Amino acid sequence: MSTAVASERPVNPVEPFLRTDRMPHIWCPGCGIGTTVNCFARALVESKQPLDKVAIVSGIGCTGRVAGYVKLDSFHTTHGRAIPFATGLKLANPGLSVVVYSGDGDLIAIGGNHFIHAARRNADIKVICVNNFIYGMTGGQVAPTTPVGATATTSPYGSYERPFNLPYLAESSGAVYVARWTAFHVRHIAHSMAEAFSKKGFCFIEIIAPCPTLYQRRNRLGDGLDTMKLYKQRSVIKNGASTRDLDVGLQGEIVVGKFVDIERPTLQQNMEQQLRQTLKDRFAGLGGA
Amino acid sequence: MPEAPAVARGRKFRGSVFIDWDRCKGCGFCIEFCPPKVLQFSDKFNTHGYHPPHLANEAACTGCDLCGLYCPDFAIFGVRIPLETEKTEADPAKS
Amino acid sequence: MLTGAHFLDGDQAACEGALAAGANFAAGYPITPSTEVVERFAARIPTVGGTFLQMEDELASSIAILGAAWGGAKAFTVTSGPGFSLMMEHLGYAAMTETPCVLVDVQRGGPSTGLPTLPGQADMMQARWGSHGDYEIIALCPNSPQECFDLMIDAFNLAERYRTPVLFMMDECVGHMTEKVVIPSAEKIEIVPRRFTSLPPGEYKPFQAGEDGVPEMVKAGDGYRIHVTGLTHDEQGYPAMNWRGQEKLLRRLVDKVRKHPPVRYEERDLEDADVVVLAYGITSRVALRALQMARAEGIRAGLHRPIIVWPFPEKRIRELAAKAKAFVVVEMNYGQIVHEVERLAGGKVPVTLVPHAGGTVHEPEVILKAIREAAQ
Repeated sequence: MSTAVASERPVNPVEPFLRTDRMPHIWCPGCGIGTTVNCFARALVESKQPLDKVAIVSGIGCTGRVAGYVKLDSFHTTHGRAIPFATGLKLANPGLSVVVYSGDGDLIAIGGNHFIHAARRNADIKVICVNNFIYGMTGGQVAPTTPVGATATTSPYGSYERPFNLPYLAESSGAVYVARWTAFHVRHIAHSMAEAFSKKGFCFIEIIAPCPTLYQRRNRLGDGLDTMKLYKQRSVIKNGASTRDLDVGLQGEIVVGKFVDIERPTLQQNMEQQLRQTLKDRFAGLGGA
Repeated sequence: MPEAPAVARGRKFRGSVFIDWDRCKGCGFCIEFCPPKVLQFSDKFNTHGYHPPHLANEAACTGCDLCGLYCPDFAIFGVRIPLETEKTEADPAKS
Repeated sequence: MLTGAHFLDGDQAACEGALAAGANFAAGYPITPSTEVVERFAARIPTVGGTFLQMEDELASSIAILGAAWGGAKAFTVTSGPGFSLMMEHLGYAAMTETPCVLVDVQRGGPSTGLPTLPGQADMMQARWGSHGDYEIIALCPNSPQECFDLMIDAFNLAERYRTPVLFMMDECVGHMTEKVVIPSAEKIEIVPRRFTSLPPGEYKPFQAGEDGVPEMVKAGDGYRIHVTGLTHDEQGYPAMNWRGQEKLLRRLVDKVRKHPPVRYEERDLEDADVVVLAYGITSRVALRALQMARAEGIRAGLHRPIIVWPFPEKRIRELAAKAKAFVVVEMNYGQIVHEVERLAGGKVPVTLVPHAGGTVHEPEVILKAIREAAQ
């Protein structure tokens, strides 16, 4: 191939959203996180987000590295604290669209308290949780999402704790948008993300994704591709299903879909309304940039 | 220069894929989930020791970019090249 | 904005200082004896323009303010000992990411829950070293409600100048003591604005510093598409996780404060002093009483009161060590700042600690006794 032709080579649609100078990324072969990033890029296009006004906040862990690879204002924060960072960022600069992108251990274990409170107060942030049922970055420890019976380095004889059902947790805490997909459902993920980006309030999207190096291998579930094929077989789309019924086991059905899509005033709207109502002319605004 | 592939009658474009050879980690997602099954693993290794895919049946490629949506390594994407404006171009899959 | 003379306690005065400094965002979690600062802020800020959010814990408060700072706000949080322990995580993150912010610690007796309603000064070394890893910190120590107001403005200014978290180390006595506080008109208050870059995106590197070691800042949404991480990073903000990256970054983070240390202290009667009494915060006021008694007995003793406690006024303490016969360090703990004084005295002059576990202030007579012994 001549160089002239090479220069005309079309650009990968995800490329403008990536810090290409940081590629290749650290994720293992068959890991699902990169797949979700493709969906994220498509969703940003679909929802016509002005990219200079989108900020992404991650915690710690494999998914926490997304912030470092995406060419947006990006903040790689401390373990579990992406949500309160994002809450402060959004309140101080309401013109931003703030996305939290992190893993199950980060958001739900160490960050679990922040998760429920941000949903309760309906902070206007979009939370994307890549759930691989395990701690990847630290080498495969049991997580609050690990199915009963699954082994991890710190549950070598099988996990015996009941895991969280994340959509149920999100809805009960007050999220206005709740969806779950697997990494197999790429178009659905992109669509859900675009819907969430166009919506006000605390939106939660769980994406079940393979961790072939740790979760799948330890539990003899094959590699990343085997897992993706299993997702295809095991998933059942049930939009509007009761989130109460969405437990995920080591085997068996995975219910996916959009479960919650309601309207509720955001933290900022409630704050403004309450202060204006009480203070009237004395209210000087929330002072955002 | 390979021959222009035969495409489905009535189509105003031909589909193709572009592959970033050394970004690929050989997971096989693109091959498995390609609707017309036009991709196969190459025999060759890339610099990291993986077998990237190659476009084995270009005529059947619809350029839907589902491979691009699946690829966790941002190493492949599909394009639709309008037929009337097509210039002489090398097989992008071999780039 | 409030101006003129007011009768305020230290907590309220600290809040007014923050407002005068231009703080427009605070996040906090209730904890005695600090809560009055955010209670007042919650009442005042909607009429001034800004946001207060009560968070679910101190971990959340201390990082919500960092998010707000990157959103363009001047932000602070307020706590006391147990909450201060939780905030250590984000003290380190703020130091690493060079996020300007102010953390107020109204010290109470510890460890653990300790004495929620009674004073202590035992968080001074935690202020210096509490987060893991190496970093330099700036900490101020007011001894009156007036200083709570005045120094809070300085705290915000120092945070902007050095791009570090600045600690405001009060104690329960200063926090709950009510005195006259004079608030000058806004034009008489010097405010250091955030150092926003004038470089366009593409030329700007978020962690590239000039000669003073302090990089210019942007806020999210300005089109620079910055990356900020708590990992060791290069000038671009990208992870640089090897010894070279670590050496380069850490050296700058330390040197930006060490090479141009902010220095501020108050001295009384040191011209002829044989004995230097070193005390800070509320303890300095008790020490002053002891010094009056000592002078009445003809003992030549004076006071050195560090106002900026971290970085410690090393140069000045060395000078004093060359002249004085003895140091007496009075603090409401079992020996923290005294180690700094011992280090700088270098064995040339004796250093006596007058400790106190907290819960109330020292008896002046106890300090006087130590001064008498030191003078012999």
